[in-house]
Amino acid sequence: MQKCMIGKKIGMTQVFTDEGIVIPVTVIQAGPLSVIQKKTIEVDGYNSLKVAFGDINERRVNKPTKGQFEKAGVSPKRCMREFRLDNIDSYEVGQEIKVQDMFSEGDRVDVSGVSKGKGFQGTIKRYGMGRGPMSHGSGYHRGVGSLGPVASPSRVFKGKRLPGHMGAERVTVQNLDVVRVDAERNLLLVKGAVPGPKGGLLTIKDSVKA
Amino acid sequence: MVIIYTDMNVYDMEEKEMDIIRALDKENMKQDLPNLKVGDLVRVAIKVKEGARERLQIFEGFLIGIHGTGIRRAIIVRRLSSGIGVERVFPIHSPKIDNIEIVRRGKVRRAKLYYLRDRVGKAARVKEDVKAKK
Repeated sequence: MQKCMIGKKIGMTQVFTDEGIVIPVTVIQAGPLSVIQKKTIEVDGYNSLKVAFGDINERRVNKPTKGQFEKAGVSPKRCMREFRLDNIDSYEVGQEIKVQDMFSEGDRVDVSGVSKGKGFQGTIKRYGMGRGPMSHGSGYHRGVGSLGPVASPSRVFKGKRLPGHMGAERVTVQNLDVVRVDAERNLLLVKGAVPGPKGGLLTIKDSVKA
Repeated sequence: MVIIYTDMNVYDMEEKEMDIIRALDKENMKQDLPNLKVGDLVRVAIKVKEGARERLQIFEGFLIGIHGTGIRRAIIVRRLSSGIGVERVFPIHSPKIDNIEIVRRGKVRRAKLYYLRDRVGKAARVKEDVKAKK
């Protein structure tokens, strides 16, 4: 079964194994999701499942969006995402998907989110380039350096790594272990770090590498 | 979801998200640990696996530092082993630690007793706090 889940990053902590080994884990508030729409090859040209996550005050939702929730017969939600799944027969519109339906301990997942914004950054932080000597009269500290050869080709190559905006982009971390699934509180504990700030929105799928 | 902690201050309760992590940690924390303080002489029982069977190894020494909070809390225990100072760091909530026993309370004025490392013999003692409860 292909897996899909939307969640909110809560933060990180650690758990012990029985052998006393510490596992760093990220706690994710995962689901419950409501199925809003089923897209099929016959109607839409592809199979997918449109799901919504996170309760929100009805007044915060505009009319076109509210219409979608009403059609599915669920209360308004904070965000909607579409997942391309091969087989969507087992899902019904309006159905609630819980975290324990999707994942169990020992699964491998990919977690995507929007990374923390770093603002406008130089090449050292952004790409890990080297810097010049800070002292001994160097005068060249954290500058960009050479942009390339001179007379030939008389231009800067495309894709030259330069300072610019860093972070706040979609990042996926692949192949994370599911350490625990807490059905009672809708929590998912995955090993390691995931992108974005606490409270950031995450999408979780089964790992492409597994 | 409302979780009420009696032993945590109001500042902690404002952040709902941190509450989830605190609750998770609390489930995995040992509830029966003694109130460890820096300067105490402690006896730590460590589970050691030897082949198939498991036995307890005792490490007794002065508690010279505590760091971390919640489930991450760890203690530094120092003892002299045949004239050589040995320090071990124990994550106190680890399942490898069977129990921790306070042998006697120490009277100290520092949070970290790193000065003991430079001392030998009689100077490397910690005064006993006779008034303190065990």
